[in-house]
Amino acid sequence: MKDAATRSQELFKLYEELADTGEGVEEAAEPVDSVTGKSLEAIYAASQWRLMWRKFIRNRAAIGGGIVILLLYLVALFADFIAPYTLTTRLRGYIYMPPQRIHFINDGKFQPFVYDLNLTIDKNLRKIYTPDLTRKLPIQFFAHGEPYKLLKLFETDVHLFQVPEGAICLLGSDRQGRDMFSRILLGSQVSLTVGLVGVFLSLALGSVLGIMSGYYGGLVDDIIQRVIELVRSFPSVPLWMALSAAIPIGWSVMQTYFAISIILSLIGWTWLARQLRGKVLALREEDFVLAAKLAGASDTRIIFKHLVPASFGHIVVVSTLAMPAMILAETALSFLGLGLRPPVTSWGVLIQEAQNFQSLALYPWVFTPAAVIAICILAFNYLGDGLRDAADPYTV
Amino acid sequence: MLAYVLRRFVVIIPTLIVVSVVTFAIIQLPPGDFFTTLQAEVAETGGGQDKEVIKKLQEVYGLDKPVYVQYLKWVAGFPRLDFGYSLEWSAPVWDVIVSKLAYTVFLGGLSLLFMVVVSIPIGIYSATHQYSVGDHLLSMVGFFGLCLPGFLLALVWMFLGIIILRIDVGGTMSREMVNAPWSMAKLLDYLNHLWPAVVVLGLASTAQLQRITRSNLLDVLGQQHITTARAKGLKERKVISKYAMRMAINPLISVMALEIPKIVGASTLVGIVMMLPTLGPIFLRALRSQDMYLAGTILLFTTLILMLSNLLADIALAWADPRIVYT
Repeated sequence: MKDAATRSQELFKLYEELADTGEGVEEAAEPVDSVTGKSLEAIYAASQWRLMWRKFIRNRAAIGGGIVILLLYLVALFADFIAPYTLTTRLRGYIYMPPQRIHFINDGKFQPFVYDLNLTIDKNLRKIYTPDLTRKLPIQFFAHGEPYKLLKLFETDVHLFQVPEGAICLLGSDRQGRDMFSRILLGSQVSLTVGLVGVFLSLALGSVLGIMSGYYGGLVDDIIQRVIELVRSFPSVPLWMALSAAIPIGWSVMQTYFAISIILSLIGWTWLARQLRGKVLALREEDFVLAAKLAGASDTRIIFKHLVPASFGHIVVVSTLAMPAMILAETALSFLGLGLRPPVTSWGVLIQEAQNFQSLALYPWVFTPAAVIAICILAFNYLGDGLRDAADPYTV
Repeated sequence: MLAYVLRRFVVIIPTLIVVSVVTFAIIQLPPGDFFTTLQAEVAETGGGQDKEVIKKLQEVYGLDKPVYVQYLKWVAGFPRLDFGYSLEWSAPVWDVIVSKLAYTVFLGGLSLLFMVVVSIPIGIYSATHQYSVGDHLLSMVGFFGLCLPGFLLALVWMFLGIIILRIDVGGTMSREMVNAPWSMAKLLDYLNHLWPAVVVLGLASTAQLQRITRSNLLDVLGQQHITTARAKGLKERKVISKYAMRMAINPLISVMALEIPKIVGASTLVGIVMMLPTLGPIFLRALRSQDMYLAGTILLFTTLILMLSNLLADIALAWADPRIVYT
C-alpha cells in the first residue's frame, strides 16, 4: 500500500518536471518505474486485466492462498491415486492406529520406510501401538493396490504409494481401522465441490436477479429487493438446518448432494445479488452504457455484452469470498448429521465421526480433518482478499 | 424519534406474518411427522394415555384438517403464548423453550458486549499505530478470527480443553457442580464455562469490527478537522476520543447490526458443539424427531431475535447520528 502511494507521487513529480522543461514525454529519456523497473508507458498502456494481475502477484498472502487452493483441488482431482487405500478399506488389526512417521534413510541409502506397529492393550482397554523396529515396511511408489477409477473414467489399481504388507496410515486410522489420510483426501472431493456447485448456483441466481434489479430499477427492483429482505430476515444457520432436515432419508447420494448445494445457494444468492446490484447501479450511469443504448442495443445485449463483462472481476471476487462460507456450511450440516451422511464422506462427515469427545482424548488424530478445513478456509480468505484488492487496480 | 421507533415496530408485523407462513411451510416439508409416527406407535401398543393426548391435540391443532387451517390454528395461539405442543417433550412449546431462549439472548448479549469492548480499543490502537508491529500482529490475529467462525472455533476449543488442558469443557458447569448448592466455587466454575462460549461466539464479529474501526478511524484521521484540532494544540488523547472517534462511530453501529445475524446463527452451532443450553441443541433434536411445532417456534424466535436486534441497531444509529433525519 505504502510503496504504491509513494510511487504515484513520484510519477506525478516526474511528469511535472517534464512539463516544466517543456519536453514532451516522447522526447524525454523513457521514464522508468522506480519499483518494478518497467517503462512507465507500459504501465499506462496496460490493459485492466494486466494491471489487476500485477497488483495481485504483489500480494504474497493472496498468492500463497491461491497456491494452496490450487493444490487442494489438484489433490482432490487425483485423490484416488494419491490415497493408498479406498474410502471403505478396513485395516484389520490397525484400529485407532496413531500417525506413522516416515523414515527416509535406510542403511545409509535413500529409501523411505515406516515401521510396522505392535499392538498391546493396557489395563484401561486402551490401544497402545509401539513401532516394531525389526520390521521395516518399505514404501513402494506406483505400486498396485486396490482397484479404483481414475478421474471416474479409467480403471486402474496403481496408487502413488503403498506398503507391501502391514499398513501405512500417515494420519492414523479411525475406529474402524480406516486410513484417515485416504479419507481426508477422498472427502475433499465432496467438500470442495459442494461449495463450488453451491457458489455456481447462487451465482447464476444472484447475478441474473442482481443485475436485473440494478439495471431495470423500479418495480422489478422493488420486488427482488423485498424477496431478498425476506430471505435475509431468517438467520442462515437455523434455516439451513431446517431445510436440510427436510431432505428425505431415502434419497440417493447424488440427490442429497445436489439438495445440499441447492440449500446452500438458496441463501447465498441474496448476498451476491446485493453486491452485483450495487455494482450495476454504478455502471448503469457510465457513458459506455449510454453509448450502447444510443446505438440501439437491446437490454439483453447491454446486460450480457457490457454489464456482465464489466462486473466480471467483481463476480469472481464475490464468489471466491463466498466459497469458505459454503464449505463451512456443508461441514456444519454434515457435522450435525443433517447434511451428507455416510457412506458419502466429506470433511464434515469425518468430524462428525470424531465427535465423541471421549475417544478424541485417547485418539486425537481423528480430529485432523478440522485442521484441513481451517487451512482451506484460510487459504480461500487470503485469496479472496487479494483478489478484492486487485479487482480495483486504480486505487492505491 | 418516537414516531420512527413505533413505525419500525409496526413494519415488523407484516414481515413476521410472512416469516411465520414460510416457517410453517418449511416444517411441513418432511414427509410424515412426529404425530403420525406416534399414532402408529399407539396403534401398535394398543394406546392408553397417549391416545387421549393425540385425540385432544388433533382437535386443538386441527391436525386432520387442511394445512392452512392448521397454520391459522397455530398462529391463533401466539397472543396467549401458545405455540403448540411438543410431542417429544410432552409439554407446551413455550415451556420447553423459554429458559433456552433466555440463555440464548443472554449469551448473545454478552458476546456483543465482548465484541464492542475488545474490538474498538484494538481498532483504535491499530489505527493510531499504523504499520507498527502491534498493528500487524493484531491484524493477523483478527484475520484468523474472521476466517474461523464460531463452529470451528468451538470444536477447536473443545479439542484443546480435552486433549491439552485436560479440563471439563462444555456445558454451563462441571459435572460435579451441577447439583451442588450455589457457592463461590460454583460461581467461578460457571464463569469458567461461560467466558469461552462468549469468546468463541464473539470472536469472528470482534475481528470484523476491529478491522472496520481501524479503517474508519484512519479515514477520519486524514481529515482536516483533525489537523485543525491538532493545530489548536489539543492533547492527542482528546483528538482521538472527542474528534476522530465521534465521527468514526456511526458506521460502526451499522456494522454491529450486520454482525448480529452471525452471532444468532453461530449461537445455534456453538450451543450444540459446546453443549450449552441455547436454542441450538433442542432445535437440532426437534428437527431430527420432526417435532414440528417446537422446530417451527424456535425458527420463528431466532428470526424475531434477529429482527428486533436489527431494529435496536437502527434506533441506536438514529440516536448516535443526529444528522440522520427520519421521516
